[in-house]
Amino acid sequence: MKAIQNLSRRGFLKTSAGVAGALVLGFRLGDKAAMAASGGADLFNPNAWLEITPANKVTIHVPWTELGQGVTTAVPMLLADELAADWEAIDIKLAWNDPRFGNMGTGGSRSVRTSWDPVRQAGATARVMLENAAATEWKVDASSCKASGGSVVHAASGRSATFGELVGAAATQDAPADVALKTRAERTLIGKDLPRRDIRAKILGETEFGVDQRIEDMVYATLAVSPTFGGSLKSFDDTTALAVPGVLQVVETPSGVAVLATGTWAAIRGREALQINWDPGPHTDLDSAAISARLAAADIADGQAMRDDGDIDTALAEAATQVTASYEVPYISHSPLEPMNCTARITGDQVEVWAPIQSVTWGANVAAQAAGVEPQNVRLQPTYTGGGFGRRLMVDYVGQCVEIAKVSGKPVQLFWTREDSTKHGFYRPTSRHNMHAGLDTEGRITGWRHHLVAPSIGGQLNPQGMADGRDESAVNGAATIDYTFANLQVVYNMTNTAVPAGWLRSVYNTQNALANECFLDEIAQAAGQDPVALRLRHLPADGRLARTLRVAAKKWGWPAKAPAGRGYGVACHASFASYVTTMAEVEVEGRQVRVVRILTCVDCGPVVHPDGLRAQMEGAVCLALSALLREEITIAGGQVVESNFDDYPLLRLDEMPPVEVLTIDGEDPIGGIGEPGYPPVGPAVLNALFDATGQRVRKLPLAGNFEG
Amino acid sequence: MSKFDLHVNGQRHTVDLDPETPLVWVLRENLDLRGTKFGCGISECGSCTIMMDGQAIRSCVTTVAEAAEKKIVTVEGLADGEKLHPLQEAWEEEQVPQCGYCQPGQLMTAAALLEQKPRPTEAEIVAEMSDVLCRCGTYGRIRKAVDVAARKGGKR
Repeated sequence: MKAIQNLSRRGFLKTSAGVAGALVLGFRLGDKAAMAASGGADLFNPNAWLEITPANKVTIHVPWTELGQGVTTAVPMLLADELAADWEAIDIKLAWNDPRFGNMGTGGSRSVRTSWDPVRQAGATARVMLENAAATEWKVDASSCKASGGSVVHAASGRSATFGELVGAAATQDAPADVALKTRAERTLIGKDLPRRDIRAKILGETEFGVDQRIEDMVYATLAVSPTFGGSLKSFDDTTALAVPGVLQVVETPSGVAVLATGTWAAIRGREALQINWDPGPHTDLDSAAISARLAAADIADGQAMRDDGDIDTALAEAATQVTASYEVPYISHSPLEPMNCTARITGDQVEVWAPIQSVTWGANVAAQAAGVEPQNVRLQPTYTGGGFGRRLMVDYVGQCVEIAKVSGKPVQLFWTREDSTKHGFYRPTSRHNMHAGLDTEGRITGWRHHLVAPSIGGQLNPQGMADGRDESAVNGAATIDYTFANLQVVYNMTNTAVPAGWLRSVYNTQNALANECFLDEIAQAAGQDPVALRLRHLPADGRLARTLRVAAKKWGWPAKAPAGRGYGVACHASFASYVTTMAEVEVEGRQVRVVRILTCVDCGPVVHPDGLRAQMEGAVCLALSALLREEITIAGGQVVESNFDDYPLLRLDEMPPVEVLTIDGEDPIGGIGEPGYPPVGPAVLNALFDATGQRVRKLPLAGNFEG
Repeated sequence: MSKFDLHVNGQRHTVDLDPETPLVWVLRENLDLRGTKFGCGISECGSCTIMMDGQAIRSCVTTVAEAAEKKIVTVEGLADGEKLHPLQEAWEEEQVPQCGYCQPGQLMTAAALLEQKPRPTEAEIVAEMSDVLCRCGTYGRIRKAVDVAARKGGKR
């Protein structure tokens, strides 16, 4: 087979993004057996992404999971545009843990930006192979054959063939080495507001989420785990549980005690009836007040200098004006609406898993471990996912489910109740930010110190790997700021606790940006400067962040005086390779804070799906505002206090402000869009609150900390 | 265990269950109508909202006994065969869903609102739709879509 020889010679067309969970596009070596297994020798399957059958069925496999961020629309758009496919006729599938995709994980706002080059390349390569196939068949020059709308056309002779008709011939074509990608003007799908591909099923109630999986002979399970961090099972009595109608079996697993039943309700009732004696473990004294006190007591001398430009001590000592402030944020929960769940079946040494998940490869590895098989024996099919926000990067529930399947010997669906999901999360870490700045006589910032005290997500997951106390990720958005301060120091005190910590949308940017941007507002006030002007003074004038700030300010009409009882605020921040300015208007009545308007300006380079971008900005506002107003996970007795939406209330529709989104759509390097909208929201609102009331709130959430 | 007659989306079913079983599990696991979603179990989030005798109710705190003999409509019964409900059309037009998990509950809450008030005011839309949580942030679009559907004569 010619194509194979060619691919072997050139090796894989392989693109790695160079980050964890990197996208690897591997051209399939295409041995005959694999071709046959995947549907016959005629199947055109030039890479892991794309499959075209002789019946002209074009399928795009997406290795990123659909959490609602629109990845099953945006990523196929990249491929279909270059392929010149018929968009409406394309079938889109969520890829299983196919090794050809490398390490599959959906996070870090990576999906579209790391797909941008390799997926367009994959589409273009396949298109050229189809065009070349047509040229060979028709014995005409390849340059005269053009693909468009799912067919290849030879204009001079009027001949035309669908992609499906060319499948056999295309599979024997050489994969071209260098294919030119379309110019901006040539694109037909990228940049267009196409309807999302997943909406119809979602409004009909037909989308299959994790909880909707049904497999043959499946039973339903709940799992009792230690209520305290680090607790363990001493003993249990299942007599009453087994008497609950519908309960089939109670098993002890490495994670706890599982109740298997004919339905979810019976499994929940059965678990309630279990008598369990837990050893509470070593953390029963742990509570929120103790954690907060520990953060406040951290000595900067014990911290790690994560960035140290110039001479911060001299700059602060010699400053004409000094400003200091400390900010504190609590633990918060992701709380996606679909509770954690997983479905698994073990057949011999083969494991099948269906899960709403972000870390597909990691989940498969954990499943393999739980079942005691090799990872290649696990097939994990991600399902449509009822929200993620980072929670489903952690795959604890996958391991738990496979353990139950293994011990019970049954195909099983593990279901976490809302209480389970609230109490057994991996929370956005709490943190304290001690800020210190020095200004010269002209009000220029000459020294900036950000002292971050916080648990480390990486350090808690892998204590040995971060024994030196240096977690670069914790200072994202603190050490990586765009401001040009001659003397700049960022010190980090890693303050790990027994509270599980995890990545939540934009991760440490949520709090580092809040500290930066609220503190800049305080500096502006102290120096008698306009907050936008102060920022522009310290940002590279031709930089992308400054541009978003200027565009937003112009649209807002900044500077402007808010009417009585209202206030305006601004914040800007770059994260995940995108640049965002957000402006907020609040209305305050007593303790009641209403955000009445949000304007946001985004520069993520080329905008692939404009309405998808707007939706992500609306989502970021919703999540950030919810956290700001009232979200807080509190700890008492070594466990989480909150349990459901009554004591962990989320933002509701009547609190959601209108969100206006501006974009700077260009050909600058592409950035992410899932997370960058979040960081500037909180500080913009807090700065607006100050504008309205003259009060600085430095501890979140507003509920309980803003007195009005 | 007791027998109950359920009338769901124009079809009759008989189930033999513990009378206390919440309707959400009966719909999802006994009748295989999995469009209705469990979110909290305490009537806080609204993901499990369905229509019972024209009213929006929470199927997580409604028992199968309470639902017996009532006229129940779930998201699967919202469209009229191939013809989408005006709310579904508006949802598509406004590109409302992100993850989509809460959307059956959002749609059924809106459907019950329009059953009772075919031309709700903005304040009525806000008040009613604030009962259903969405973590993805589709609130602005929901608000607009309900209004769009109402203007087009949103009652089926």
